[in-house]
Amino acid sequence: MSDKQLTLILGVIGADVHAVGNKILDYAFTQAGFKVINLGVMVSQKEFVEAAIEANANAIVVSSLYGHGEIDCPGLREKCDEAGLKNIKLYVGGNLVVGKTDFSEVQDRFKKMGFDRVYPQGTSPETAIESIKKDFN
Amino acid sequence: MNIVLTIDFGSTNTKVTAIDLDSLSIIARSVAYTTVETDVRDGLLIAQKDIASQCGIKTFDSQVACSSAYGGLKMISCGLVPDLTVKAGKMAASSAGAKVLKSFSYELSKTEQKEMENIKPDIILLCGGIDGGNKDVILHNAKMIAEIPHHLYVIVAVNKTVSDKVCNILTESGKISELCENVLPEFGKLNISPVKEAIREMFIKRIIEAKGLNEAQKVMSSPITPTPLAVFEASELLSRGFESENGFNDLLLYDVGGATTDVYSMCEGEPQSLVMLKGLKEPYAKRTVEGDIGVRYSLNFLMENIDFAKATPPEGVDMSLLNDWVYRCRKDTSTLPQTEIEKKCDMFLAHEAIKISIGRHVGTIEEAYSPMGKVYIQTGKDLSNVECIIGSGGSVINSINPKYVLSSSVVANGEEGLLKPKRDKINFMLDKENIMAACGLISRIDKLAAIKIMKKYLVKL
Repeated sequence: MSDKQLTLILGVIGADVHAVGNKILDYAFTQAGFKVINLGVMVSQKEFVEAAIEANANAIVVSSLYGHGEIDCPGLREKCDEAGLKNIKLYVGGNLVVGKTDFSEVQDRFKKMGFDRVYPQGTSPETAIESIKKDFN
Repeated sequence: MNIVLTIDFGSTNTKVTAIDLDSLSIIARSVAYTTVETDVRDGLLIAQKDIASQCGIKTFDSQVACSSAYGGLKMISCGLVPDLTVKAGKMAASSAGAKVLKSFSYELSKTEQKEMENIKPDIILLCGGIDGGNKDVILHNAKMIAEIPHHLYVIVAVNKTVSDKVCNILTESGKISELCENVLPEFGKLNISPVKEAIREMFIKRIIEAKGLNEAQKVMSSPITPTPLAVFEASELLSRGFESENGFNDLLLYDVGGATTDVYSMCEGEPQSLVMLKGLKEPYAKRTVEGDIGVRYSLNFLMENIDFAKATPPEGVDMSLLNDWVYRCRKDTSTLPQTEIEKKCDMFLAHEAIKISIGRHVGTIEEAYSPMGKVYIQTGKDLSNVECIIGSGGSVINSINPKYVLSSSVVANGEEGLLKPKRDKINFMLDKENIMAACGLISRIDKLAAIKIMKKYLVKL
């Protein structure tokens, strides 16, 4: 594995202003040695993609916290393809759907959208960090 | 006495003003035709002789000049993502006093390469990639620019991991490149100053000579600068203040010309509480140039951009009278208004030029709905608290009602999405003596005198 630092684009997608979790992730990922570009909250798909282009990012980490992930997330993989970000990893986590749904079903839906990993609510930053490092090993 | 001769080599006229820095007074002024076909010093000499005949002064303690002759400083900016490095590059070039003729994004195509070749800019600004970011597109663009057959000056403000390689590609093809820091080294962090400085250096080292101004440069006390840069520096000084002289703080200044309208805003423009900023945070000192908004040379474009459904021309001016005036001005760009109606037409055109230009310059605000309720998102600068608005340029200064002309700066009904000034009490001022560029030049010798002179000669409306 190359020792080159991995670049992650981080942000909370859609009409969501929850900022605390985002800051925790930023800190944890930075401590873990990633180069983190944190777009903050209320981030559109366009902003994620554009930041990934300028930064030549390895992965986009999307937080979706208020249950509307299925509205906000589709199309991101396609935009990345269009933008020439062919090998970019897409990760999503948080409170992805409203109501109680079996997580394996949720995971299926988001993987079909083009996400490489889907993290359930309550996932620790460490778990995410381990799996991301594994993907690039 | 400490007399400075300030010179503005305009595209048509060379304007010369003798100013005494001790008494902070304008001693004499003169205008002569800018002799671009022969040697600009010829026109200058005529103006200087006239100054001598007015006040008896033949030699000056210093001479400083700016120029917009030969079309001013014409640039092309080339970056990666339009809202990121392309925008950053454009802002840097505008703040250096350049006119950005066209911006290019992503990978340059052959068609775009041909377009660049045909435009023949004075300088190309190449940007793209945050440090450690995208390399491929930047290298591709460097090669495309390198292939352009004629001689070019390029400023390289790209991702630092490829900047050396980019410079080599350009140098190997005979282009002259100047390396400076990345205009967007980190996401969200605009780094305009090094680019601005690099543009200024290149203007002094290369463009002055390319424009035939090097002989004139020899008799100047400091390097000739692009005229808009002089106005920019004067505006920033007036806003920030210097030593014992307080600045005017947040201000807006317009220079409405025959071909372009320049807007200068000097303020932080940060979001108010409960408003989120999206996109790049724009600099305190910002200049935009609307190359299609002018009251003579680009009058046809101005007319196309006016929203006549919303505009209210002054009393007595109807569409046929306005169209008639526009036709005459376009036919002969040196036309000056004589009658009351003609003056009202010109006043209206300047008013609309400002309205369009400020609409493009200011930030925007929009509502969004979140589970937490309504939130506001701002892009660009918030000028709603600006209280000082200054007008410059012949069409504002000579207008029969400059206050009316400047009033279109203020937000009106239906414009709530634009972060235009909205204070009840606005301090409208006029650069009656057309002194801003001269004071920008003086500020390079004596900042305190420059700000005092501006405060003395700017007139409250």
